[in-house]
Amino acid sequence: MHSYTGRILHIDVGARKTWVQTVDAGFLKKYLGGVGLATRLVYDNTPAGCDPLGPDNALCFACSAFAGTTMPVGTKHGVASKSPLTGMIGDSLSGSHFSEMLKRAGWDGLVIKGQADEWTTVFIDDDDVRFLDASSLVGKGTMATQHALREEFGDENVRISSIGPAGEHLVRFALIDNDGRQVGRTGNGAVMGSKRIKAIAIRGSQPITVADPVGLLKETRRLIEITQGPGTEKYRVLGTPSNVLNMNKLGVLPTRNFSETVFEHAEEVSGERLAERYTVKAVACAGCSIACEHWGKVTSGKYKGAIAGVDYEPLFALGPNCGIGTMEAVLRLLQDADELGLDGMSVGVVVSWAMECYERGILSKEDCDGLELHFGNDEAAVALLDKIAHREGIGDLLAEGTKRASEKVGKGSEHFAMQVKGLEMPGYDVRGMKTFAMGLAVGTRGPCHNRSLAYEADVKGEVNRFTVEPGRGKIAKEKEEYAAVFDSLVLCKFLRNCFDDFFADAARIYTMATGIPLTAEELKATGERVWTLKKAFNIREGWTKADDWLPGRCLHDPMPSGPGKGVFITEDELRMEIDDYYQARGWTSEGLIPKSKLIELGLEDIAEDVGVDNGVMSIPASAEAAASEEAN
Amino acid sequence: MATQGYQHVICDPTKCIGCRMCEYACSATKTGAFDPSLSRIRVVRIEPITMTAITCRLCADAPCITACPRDALTRSEKNGAILVDEDKCDGCGWCVEACDFGAVVLNPATRNAEICNLCEDQPEGPRCVQFCPKDALILATPEVLRQQARREVVARLFEELAAED
Repeated sequence: MHSYTGRILHIDVGARKTWVQTVDAGFLKKYLGGVGLATRLVYDNTPAGCDPLGPDNALCFACSAFAGTTMPVGTKHGVASKSPLTGMIGDSLSGSHFSEMLKRAGWDGLVIKGQADEWTTVFIDDDDVRFLDASSLVGKGTMATQHALREEFGDENVRISSIGPAGEHLVRFALIDNDGRQVGRTGNGAVMGSKRIKAIAIRGSQPITVADPVGLLKETRRLIEITQGPGTEKYRVLGTPSNVLNMNKLGVLPTRNFSETVFEHAEEVSGERLAERYTVKAVACAGCSIACEHWGKVTSGKYKGAIAGVDYEPLFALGPNCGIGTMEAVLRLLQDADELGLDGMSVGVVVSWAMECYERGILSKEDCDGLELHFGNDEAAVALLDKIAHREGIGDLLAEGTKRASEKVGKGSEHFAMQVKGLEMPGYDVRGMKTFAMGLAVGTRGPCHNRSLAYEADVKGEVNRFTVEPGRGKIAKEKEEYAAVFDSLVLCKFLRNCFDDFFADAARIYTMATGIPLTAEELKATGERVWTLKKAFNIREGWTKADDWLPGRCLHDPMPSGPGKGVFITEDELRMEIDDYYQARGWTSEGLIPKSKLIELGLEDIAEDVGVDNGVMSIPASAEAAASEEAN
Repeated sequence: MATQGYQHVICDPTKCIGCRMCEYACSATKTGAFDPSLSRIRVVRIEPITMTAITCRLCADAPCITACPRDALTRSEKNGAILVDEDKCDGCGWCVEACDFGAVVLNPATRNAEICNLCEDQPEGPRCVQFCPKDALILATPEVLRQQARREVVARLFEELAAED
């Protein structure tokens, strides 16, 4: 077997036992790696209905099929578990050297279950797994933990994934960091913390072979050249922060907890300003020829010394969305979020929700431990991040995430709790992006710009972004599957303008690396299989149609300014789009998956678990839906 | 450690993005597999933004050559690269200790020391240079670098003067 190792390492951190699962080429071809493989591992190793923060939840890592090779931006890994934020599938991706080392240690994936008695570092040294005392690392930040461990091992080749204080305190949106890159969303850091694993350290000594090294190296050089061209210019030159001014211009830059869509200080926190005054370095993930992450440093003022890698999503969340309009403050907040181990997106949105509660008098100064949580108060935000990560005072409430916090506080704050399924919204005001609005409502891990690329249709003008009509469901479906293929191979989506015919090219390169024959059609079908598997997991965990919906603010409050002034998405529009989407997916009108669909996708082994018999819905279908089913 | 007038692979740390493509390409070229531990060029990252790649600098009076008790190391007359005689080398590692740049690799499989040979067997020269996405790696002599640095500083000076007008 090439590129793959065909082995999954299972670890029970409570019993301090390990075992090896071997997987064959047929299995790997079905799920590829990354999100696809990690999701399958979670599905198989997590009992239905388990507590996400209990010992039964399986924290699963899966390498890219290209990890450790020269395939540009192919050295990534996926992590998945049952999310403590959503109770559904929590899958997240990261690029980095950790992925390469996992593969070089001889593993395509890791499945970690159980719960240690004391804080532990799991050290995987090829086949040898050791459980080390991590008590001296408790309280340390993410990168500080990695630094301390590398010093302890005396070996810079050891690659580490670690959690910060947020993961230790089971903050529901805690992240896992590796070399300054993050497995950011859905709270996998809390799952790791619940197992009392402070860090996973890996050292691998094995070479990675590919089926056609000459071909792959040739392909690499071709792609390296293409990735220095116009297809990646946005990412190379300014990085994703270039979105700030673009979104502001479109009037979809979430500002002050999504209450506004245009930010008056957008220039100050833009990618242009970052490049002009603060950028010190562009840094790449392992094997990446693009280097999108622009690191900024503050050299004067009260945040002097702050340094952070800047991406648009955490930047929107902790900047405009909290009404914070200076780059210095944003850099400090980004650095703190990464080091404390908080998902910058979720924490930004939960802080902005608290700020709106404060402005409206729902939360008093006393409720906020004496902090004046006005929009734009950056010092209060800095203090709050620390409180959240340590669950101190009001931080304990906010560490539960926006959904739970708003349910507890009530008083109408649910209306502006900007979350779906419990996961906080990404940086687009979807009232003015109606295809993407539905894409966020139906997302399997919650609302996500990385899993649903439906925003492309809105932003590129493929559709009228202020209206809806039948057909948007099919667009959303195809964009989800396209994304799922990237996320499972794994390839970075910033390569997506670098292929003439993505499915054909990617399938060909996959075969070069693995030696496993794969056609473009098979690869495309994998996207649908992976997406459907994620949905199947959610159904098993109790998903209902009511979970596919948007926050009240998107559905009732007209946009106050910008090109979309006065626009919002009505409940009828959203319902129509969602029905259209279920139909495009071949699901029932209740959003359930027919057994025949699961069988068609090669998921016959889970058809009995979660599938419904055709024509026999768990809830009687409307005549209209039944007719459309028949037409299918 | 003085350097010879020969060309060697030099990394510009301001351009290096830390991707380690050079390590993957080097090891694939030399071993047929991706194994950065056998790469003759290594990227060092001091968190979070300080990074560069290091390989053999073809030192004058190379200490690795002096250190070798079996006379297994010699300098190529063609390009100045340090050549390892596989039959003589027994992997004792004195050269590894002697090198100030950590540029010598001990291959546990072959029990040989391995040092950058500038890919003299490759038609296009050093593979790491070809695979560096940001042109951070170049094959140059120190003298060429000096000239380049002088040109750049003068260009910058005139840019600043022009901006002041």
